[in-house]
Amino acid sequence: MATVDSPLPRHDDLKADFPGLHQEIRPGVRLTYLDNAATTLKPWSVIRAVQAYDSDYPANVHRGIHALSERATEAYEAAREAVARFIGAAEAEEVIWTRGTTDAINLVAQSWGRTFLKEGDEIVLTDLEHHSNLIPWQMLAKEKGLTLRFAEVTDDGRLESEAVGRLLSDRTKIVAITAMSNVLGTVTPLEAIIGQAHDRGAVVVVDGAQGVAHRAIDVGKLGIDFLAFSGHKMCGPTGVGVLYGRREHLEAMPPAWGGGSMVTRVTREGAEWNDLPYKFEPGTPPIAQAIGLGAAIEYLSHFDPAAVMAHERHLMEHAHRLLEGTPGVRILGPGPEHKGGILSMDIEGVHPHDLATLLDREGVAIRAGQHCAMPLHQRFGLMASARASAYLYNSTEDFDRLADAIGKAIRLVRDRQSRRGR
Amino acid sequence: MEDTFYREELLDHYDSSPHRGRLDVVDLDADLENPLCGDQIHFEVALDSDDPGRIALARFQGRGCVISQAAASILAEQIEGQTLEHARALAPDQMIEWIGIPLTPARRKCGLLALRALHRAIDARANLSEAGPAG
Repeated sequence: MATVDSPLPRHDDLKADFPGLHQEIRPGVRLTYLDNAATTLKPWSVIRAVQAYDSDYPANVHRGIHALSERATEAYEAAREAVARFIGAAEAEEVIWTRGTTDAINLVAQSWGRTFLKEGDEIVLTDLEHHSNLIPWQMLAKEKGLTLRFAEVTDDGRLESEAVGRLLSDRTKIVAITAMSNVLGTVTPLEAIIGQAHDRGAVVVVDGAQGVAHRAIDVGKLGIDFLAFSGHKMCGPTGVGVLYGRREHLEAMPPAWGGGSMVTRVTREGAEWNDLPYKFEPGTPPIAQAIGLGAAIEYLSHFDPAAVMAHERHLMEHAHRLLEGTPGVRILGPGPEHKGGILSMDIEGVHPHDLATLLDREGVAIRAGQHCAMPLHQRFGLMASARASAYLYNSTEDFDRLADAIGKAIRLVRDRQSRRGR
Repeated sequence: MEDTFYREELLDHYDSSPHRGRLDVVDLDADLENPLCGDQIHFEVALDSDDPGRIALARFQGRGCVISQAAASILAEQIEGQTLEHARALAPDQMIEWIGIPLTPARRKCGLLALRALHRAIDARANLSEAGPAG
């Protein structure tokens, strides 16, 4: 009913694909899941793909000659190919499995960064960055004597490409930028920023933890040098992520970690590195998880990314309409036209943790705190914020419940204040 | 949703604690922050001039959620008149019991922030007197 107007086809049926949605978190209290920026729920097809590996062909990859190992290797490499197609990579060899976004960004910093950067070089970041796209660069800067520069966001949390452009110089070697803020939902102008960065000869690292799940990102069309993202934020399992790198970069980079399967010939004294992508994948990889991520991409491929974005915008327009007029509620960041499905709030007199506890009583799952983005909270003078985040299975009804629960929380605080005033 | 926010007593501790503030003379203090949510506690203690092993006064300052701030107030109330040794030996479960409502693991961290600050203050003083000149 409330969802017939969604731009996503067959949206009403979609919730049935996600078993995690259909539960009572306590007797009589139905779950309303709005913590998708932290992790998304998994559809049956992903759950079954992981289970099928574990039950039917639980073999190691690229090692055995036996049938099960061959089957596992085939499924595992098919998942890599699915990822490559999904992000528009020229070839599957440019897709490196990692543990997640954080691991992928650290790999760029520790391998490309340590090899090619020298004292005095600069890295340009933005105020929007998650700690995972900040700390690896801080560590590298300290080690190599680099300077970090930060593009500032506007007061409504948007990033203008000129804010990055102003900081670029011939000293800029890396521009590391999120595709979508995990706090404000801000969608960044990647195309303009990448053009400017490339004009200066800088390499662009895109943190796609939110972006890959919520907006269409084509590394080929955009000319992205490195793209990092996580499986679990796009309907896949935890423990697996991806580093996409342009072949020329990956070939120039030394491995960051050593071990089995990343070498071709080993003597007591040394070793020759294996080809891409295996050079960066020592040890037994997260096989079940990679296969699960392949299934997640297969699931997401049924939807037009533009329709997923339109659906989230539709939800955000609805949520903004519901909450903008509520006294005491301040919505952080830009309007729905500039962001994905993230609604962060500051509520007068209610600490986000207390709000999250009150909402949890109603079955509404949100995130409270600094969301691994302390500098961004400092920028807006906030100790913490409360974040409700949507994905393709959410409906306007979920945000109706959120708004009702927030209204109740505010009333409880008001009641308390009037009791004290008496 | 229940028709109360938290226990009324907890809210009293949160927004009208007589222990919120600063002391003129501070014998030990510590600052702690919960990096997950930004809760901050500054906790300070004045010792009994006749019995330096005993806490005379305790105060806190800070900002954060109801649980973290109310817990600091409760802790300050509980330790005044107690020995440092007693205060150092206070167990997390005791603190949770004083708070008096069920806490999820994430909220436990809020509830234990003040106790961790107090223990840190006591330990810092102990290390100082061990390392410093005798007498």
